[in-house]
Amino acid sequence: MQAPEGRIGLIWSGLLLAAVLALPWFKGGAVFASALTEGLAGRVWLLPLVAVAVALAALALLVRDWRVHPMGAALVGAGLIWLILQGFGIGLRGPAFPGIGLLFPAALAGQPGFGWGAFGMGVALIGALAEVLAARGFCRGERFAAFSIVGIVAALTLFVFFPILKLLSAAFIAPDGTLSAMPFLTRITASDLWSIGCLTGTGRCGVVINTLVLGVLSAGFATALGLALALLVARTDFRMKRVLRAISILPIITPPFVVGVAIIVLFGRTGFVTVEVADLLGVRPSRWVYGLPGILMAQVLAFAPVTFLVILSALDAINPTLEEASTTLGARPVTTFRTVTWPLLRPALAAAFLLAFIESLSDFGNPIVLGGSYDVLSTKIFFAVVGAQYDLGQAATLAVLLLALTIAAFWVQTRWLGRASYVTVTGKSDAGLTAPVPPLIKWLAVAAVLPFVAFTVGVYVVVLIGGFVKDIARLEMTPTIDHLWTAFSFEIGDSGLRLFGSAWNSLITTLWVSALSAPLTMSIGILTAWLIARQDFAGKRAFEFGTLLSFAIPGTVVGVSYIAAFNVPPIDITGTLWILVICFVFRNMAVGMRAGIAALAQIDRSMEEASQTMGAGGGRVLRDVVLPLIRPAIFTALVYAFVTAMTAVSAVVFLVSARHNMATAYIMGRVENGEYALAIAYSTVLMLVMIACVALMNLAVGRAKLGRRTAVTGTAQPAE
Amino acid sequence: MTETAIEFRGVVKRYGDAVAVAGIDLAIAKGELVTFLGPSGCGKTTSLRLIAGLELPTEGQVFIAGRDVSRDPASARNVGMVFQSYALFPHMNVLDNVAYGPVIRGTPKAQAQARACEILDQVGLGGLHQRLPAELSGGQQQRVAVARAIVQQPDVILFDEPLSNVDAKLRRKVREEIRSLQRRFGLTAVYVTHDQEEALAVSDRIVVMDRGRIAQVGTPADLYERPASPFIADFIGDANLIRGDVMQGRFTAPGMGIDVTGPDGPATLSIRPERITLMAGGPDRVITATYLGSRMEYTVAGQVGEMLVSRPIHEPRLTAGQDVALHITATDVSRVA
Repeated sequence: MQAPEGRIGLIWSGLLLAAVLALPWFKGGAVFASALTEGLAGRVWLLPLVAVAVALAALALLVRDWRVHPMGAALVGAGLIWLILQGFGIGLRGPAFPGIGLLFPAALAGQPGFGWGAFGMGVALIGALAEVLAARGFCRGERFAAFSIVGIVAALTLFVFFPILKLLSAAFIAPDGTLSAMPFLTRITASDLWSIGCLTGTGRCGVVINTLVLGVLSAGFATALGLALALLVARTDFRMKRVLRAISILPIITPPFVVGVAIIVLFGRTGFVTVEVADLLGVRPSRWVYGLPGILMAQVLAFAPVTFLVILSALDAINPTLEEASTTLGARPVTTFRTVTWPLLRPALAAAFLLAFIESLSDFGNPIVLGGSYDVLSTKIFFAVVGAQYDLGQAATLAVLLLALTIAAFWVQTRWLGRASYVTVTGKSDAGLTAPVPPLIKWLAVAAVLPFVAFTVGVYVVVLIGGFVKDIARLEMTPTIDHLWTAFSFEIGDSGLRLFGSAWNSLITTLWVSALSAPLTMSIGILTAWLIARQDFAGKRAFEFGTLLSFAIPGTVVGVSYIAAFNVPPIDITGTLWILVICFVFRNMAVGMRAGIAALAQIDRSMEEASQTMGAGGGRVLRDVVLPLIRPAIFTALVYAFVTAMTAVSAVVFLVSARHNMATAYIMGRVENGEYALAIAYSTVLMLVMIACVALMNLAVGRAKLGRRTAVTGTAQPAE
Repeated sequence: MTETAIEFRGVVKRYGDAVAVAGIDLAIAKGELVTFLGPSGCGKTTSLRLIAGLELPTEGQVFIAGRDVSRDPASARNVGMVFQSYALFPHMNVLDNVAYGPVIRGTPKAQAQARACEILDQVGLGGLHQRLPAELSGGQQQRVAVARAIVQQPDVILFDEPLSNVDAKLRRKVREEIRSLQRRFGLTAVYVTHDQEEALAVSDRIVVMDRGRIAQVGTPADLYERPASPFIADFIGDANLIRGDVMQGRFTAPGMGIDVTGPDGPATLSIRPERITLMAGGPDRVITATYLGSRMEYTVAGQVGEMLVSRPIHEPRLTAGQDVALHITATDVSRVA
């Protein structure tokens, strides 16, 4: 068994040598501008890295097993530390600390960011580190698991924790570039954040107050609506159940802005509904929808399906015998509902509320379209970076504030609610019929749901036809494909297919980014799920926390933190396609992870152990046993990752560049210019492309066929 | 001296503060079937998993076939394992399940399948190659699991409570099958169970474990007839424990006196229920009499305390309230403390 393991270990050594000897060390460097040649040409601080690579290769050839040799561990550790120290110590414009200049005079000229060589060396050293740890019993000696953990931890550190740290430090940097607490304190206590003028009638409210008011209202309405929907679907003979379930899926595939634009078309100053109502009441149409009312409408529409799913699963989880017991004890239906059903539902209501609250805090698309002068944190952050006065310090401060709010809500949700939930259904099914809700409550629910349904239908009618009529905002309903043509005109001539439309670039980029990030996101998410569900290792708790954190960070915060972290060497990747892909992978991996954990919980662990005892290493176990059995979860993760990459906007708007523009950012530009029809037309195309791609994925991944045993197919739905 | 197949040297396994295995030294000979027996949480399954490589020891070493495998993962060891749930791959048919191991270890697929067919014939599953595990009966699934575990001629085959998913009626048959296969292939086997009857029936030797330590190792007869401690006496079969004192080689307790070996001082004797004879009339009294079909069981209030007595069915039956005399001879007791 020893020989092949030693050989695989050599791969890292080979990559390490290639990284320092052949690959371009710096970003944009020539092929043989490697660490060796750059080091000999004056950047002497690169030479220790070359030495490490050569020494490790020599060790691998000389000793029986370099992985258990103390020198192996020492070289790998030293290499990693030196790689990081020199990368961060010597920036583009010279040393980060004056002392370095004395040590290496050449460092005063600075060095560019990491290129293929440097990244290759990082990967190789991390691989070698995993080998060293596995050889010492980490992960019960499973090399694949060790490499996965070390790799994912390194990636999370680099792409989640490091940007957040940079963000924090950016919040403490004064306009003149010095680090101190004063600018942070000044910014964070500014009255335009905390003023409660709108409540006392002496002016406008601060951004934080606006954000919180919006969050509470939006979460409150969405929860109430979700409860009404759930009660109707689970506990009545209401005839529109199927419609309600279908509606709950729509927001997932709806590109951002579409709902906002539809709301403007319906309720804006010249909007159809506004004009009609103004005529009826004899008042002048106003811009009433811009601000809190508009954002609230859009958010409730978007979040109600999420709260609906949370509350529905809680309703289904209530053991009907409890309600029957109450009835046999003499309670009337309303009393039973009030004393049994409602208290059992309360934790789910709180969970739904917090979920919607967090989503509202993070929401960027709706406030930017419908906000008017109603500023919230996410839009304020955006304008601090993208607006006239580029102020990263201000953006970072606001982002830190938003992050703190979100994490606090998130923490409450996981800690406090985790303990408060009641699970009254266990494995065994008790015979019992669910109690229908009392008529009074049923009609209240219907009264709440009907406007929602009408509103949803109205919005989607606008979305469906808006792109294909002359100007829906002015009710000019002549059918046309002009808007579509503006975006997607093409010509098939002598030189083949030529794409003229202004939207092609962004659509193609979007497809590329989605196609690249979806499989990566899925792989990392499922791999993480497997590690958390199946491996025991030191630091597992922190590992779990890190993955959850990446999920909790609002997109705008991610956007700002990526700008703060990756705009400068050593990791200088803004403006590339890769930063978009990386951003999506680490924002969405948690969904794949949760689907994976849910699926793995259904699978007997001993099947994997059986595979191991028959000689399969971790990777083989995953491929032969785990993956075939959790195919539905893989599909869920893949689809979610793909769809989110197509429709996400909040982090993206910070990271797009002229060369790599994304569909959502392009649509946002059109909305800002008032080209609503074009925006809607593009969104429709985007939705169709998404549906087509998901259908393709369905064909490719297929459904798990497991003979008669279908227990493992009961996996997670796309959560939100 | 027979060859040693497996050896534990000072093996300790801790999970954080919890100690699962608290220091084990044990050698298992080639071709032997050794059972780890003990109450739940005694460390028997952990010990099995330490052999498989599904756990690595915190301290100490594990040797398989003379090689130190303490740091080797499961995939680098040559062991076969039959899981409690069988752990057959539901997405592969019987043949692929059995051929999986050889294929993983690099045998060409055709050859691996030929080898799998051979083993499947030997365990009597010749015609079922294409079935999925879900389409087999429980007993058949178990035989597939065994076939899969022995197809690679492992250094040791491990059974983790293999009968717990078998119908009570079938257990005797299945355990005899396992035993005969193990003998036929000359396999070294380690078997984990919490059922003492099962352990007595299948084992060459039994390792009784208690709170992470080995309480006693011996043949089934050793353990039953000469338990080393009150725990063993009580855990294997039923035992009456009598506390008393030894003076000059004679054990005395209220109403009895018997010659025993061992040092003077406080002592505990164990006697099996079926080793006690009852005579009519006397100082003791039957409290309950239970008819069990194959035998009668009595609880008797004696001078030495309450005794459980088991008598063959053909003896004259006693009823509750009858006066009897407990008769215990020196050859029937064993000193356990």
